[in-house]
Amino acid sequence: MKHKSFFWFVLPSALAMLLFIFFPIVSVLVQSVHVDHEQVIKTVETCDLFGCKESTTVDQNATAALRAEHPLGQFAGFKTYTDRNHLAIDEFGENWTRSNSWRDFGAQMLNLPFYKAISFTLVFTFVVTPLVIVLGFVVAVAVNSAVKAIRGPLIFFSLLPMIITPLVGALILFWMVDARGVVGAALQYLAGDPDLSVKASTPLMWIMLMVYGVWHSTPFAFIVYYAGLQSVNQDTLEAARVDGANRWLQIRHVIIPHLLPLTTFIALMQLMDNFRVFEPIVSFSAEAHATSLSWAIFNDLGGETRQLSSAAATSVLTIIGVAILLSPVLVRTWREFDRK
Amino acid sequence: MFLKKVTLASAFAITAGTAYAGCEISGNVSIVGNEFPAIHTVANGAAACTGGDVKINLTADHQKINVDGMSGNPAEYTSAIIANSSVVALMNADVVRPLNDLVAAHGQDIPKNQLITIDGNVMAVAFMANAQTLAYRKDVLAEIGVDVPTTYEEVLEAAKKIRAAGISKYPVGGAYAAGWNLAQEFTNMYIGHGGEFYKPGTAEVSINNAQGVATLNMMKALTEYMNPDFLTHDSNATGAEMEAGNVMIMNMWGSRMGNLMDDEGAEEQVYSNITVGGPLTVGGGSTPASTLWWDGWTVARNVSDEDAVATFLAMKNGTSPAILTEETMGQAVWMIDGYTPAPVNDGVFAAIAAGTTSYPMLPYHGLLHTALGGNLADFLLGKESAEQALADAEAAYTAAAKEKGFLN
Repeated sequence: MKHKSFFWFVLPSALAMLLFIFFPIVSVLVQSVHVDHEQVIKTVETCDLFGCKESTTVDQNATAALRAEHPLGQFAGFKTYTDRNHLAIDEFGENWTRSNSWRDFGAQMLNLPFYKAISFTLVFTFVVTPLVIVLGFVVAVAVNSAVKAIRGPLIFFSLLPMIITPLVGALILFWMVDARGVVGAALQYLAGDPDLSVKASTPLMWIMLMVYGVWHSTPFAFIVYYAGLQSVNQDTLEAARVDGANRWLQIRHVIIPHLLPLTTFIALMQLMDNFRVFEPIVSFSAEAHATSLSWAIFNDLGGETRQLSSAAATSVLTIIGVAILLSPVLVRTWREFDRK
Repeated sequence: MFLKKVTLASAFAITAGTAYAGCEISGNVSIVGNEFPAIHTVANGAAACTGGDVKINLTADHQKINVDGMSGNPAEYTSAIIANSSVVALMNADVVRPLNDLVAAHGQDIPKNQLITIDGNVMAVAFMANAQTLAYRKDVLAEIGVDVPTTYEEVLEAAKKIRAAGISKYPVGGAYAAGWNLAQEFTNMYIGHGGEFYKPGTAEVSINNAQGVATLNMMKALTEYMNPDFLTHDSNATGAEMEAGNVMIMNMWGSRMGNLMDDEGAEEQVYSNITVGGPLTVGGGSTPASTLWWDGWTVARNVSDEDAVATFLAMKNGTSPAILTEETMGQAVWMIDGYTPAPVNDGVFAAIAAGTTSYPMLPYHGLLHTALGGNLADFLLGKESAEQALADAEAAYTAAAKEKGFLN
């Protein structure tokens, strides 16, 4: 394509990306390096339905001029990033010098909100992503080898978990694992422990969140692989069969190599999606046991007092996290492109 | 566009409903508020005014839109219906106007105690009250031969007996869901222990003290008698547990007692025996371990004086004695003349009579509430000490307060 036609060809999408992706990210970045102006607090008498008492309020007149001049607030640089509710640089150093064992150091770090969130986020990402890829592949191969007549309904049922809204799907599972729910009661029976409760135990809650993650995302891997399976070269398969390859060898040497590029694609999408795990934590009311970066942003914005700068800083850290996660795959893709 | 249609449609539906005593306004009114029956009644009352356009947007997400919706000039919403915890966010952003002039000109008949006054400025007009108090099963207490508890220590004793008698394994209920609810329970219990949240006159937090530790220990003792899933139970779930006949005794919102005591969602044996008591005390203190709440309305700063007058008159009409009918009487503990309380409201009145403190209406308390909600669960799960949990909550609050400019 000529440079000129290429330019006109990509202009609309480039403009849209600039408007809907680039500018919002810039605005989040700007927000994250600012904090509110210093608030002047004065002691006042407050009266409500139940009587009067001494309390405090913000002296609006004292900061009105300052606010009008710098509506964004005061510039803070990376102070929000390094404070305890984010990267906690000072606390990190303190824990490092104070703790006397790795175990102790780990426990201290997990007590900090950012590290607590990132530990669950990473475990979730690296457990769910491979399982989704493997299970999606298995389901795709199984459906593909089913009799043509039942393939339609099979595909429909395999896609169901993805069709159900994440919040609703997670809520269904939440009630099933309740101590009085189908799965919860079955687990109690199997474990022989009538007090077993998935919702009360941190390890079980983590497992349940990951089971949900796999259940919800497997259809995505399945449908991509299933589409890929339709384009497997039948001649190569035939030749393999003539050479005496059994079913496993056919999959190993013909089908898997054929689907490998798709695996890169699914891995990319799943790493990105799973790193932003959010809905199941809300639906499972799991915040006492597991939090994620996206949940932290939600929590900052959901309180009586919105913490915009804090949420913005966490958002930027999430973007950086996604970039780091995707870099190996992206580098690989780039090298392959370069070779060509 | 869609939103606008919905708002219009609901406004039409509302004006088509009951017509209230004459109210004539000249100006535009736009109300944002929470979504529950009592608020609907108030909004309907405001919409009954003629002569101006009254738009209504009631949603459970009102707190996410009211500050932004009132920040523009002119503001999208001319009035926000809020509670004592959320009026602070509006005042911090300086988007609500003092009502002194309007009260002097048009509101002489509003009872003085309904005016929420801060530093001499009327910032809101309250119309209903709420508080968490005891709810118990009188048949169960009679069966084990225990008087109605007045302290949390007596609740623990009763719970022990109920469990020993094999009536229920987890007889105590409580909205202990991690997050807002858990922080609210801590706030109640800490006030009951006589704790102060801040160093006087400053935004510096001080909860990591003997009262704080005693508070957490009492909460932990109560959770021993709660369903093991307590960290996922909000007030809806706890109410359902009581209606299911599992929970026999709990601390519950006055506004939810009606649901517990009606004949829906529970067997007769259960709902006919659920009784409302007063607020509980703890640790030998005399201040109830509970907080008083009010709901009220405000008028936006960034609207024309004409619209402000119209809004004031409409909201005044919406909270006037005229809105009290057979149907609306039971929707809330109305702080309006002519209100006659029903038995479900006994708890809130007992809480007021017992000198319960109001929920702190401080500019930075929302940040502490969030910090408490996120850091206390680790102690209740047995993962860390009470001191550590309180230190974590303090540190999380301090970082947030620095970011919001309350601390340096």
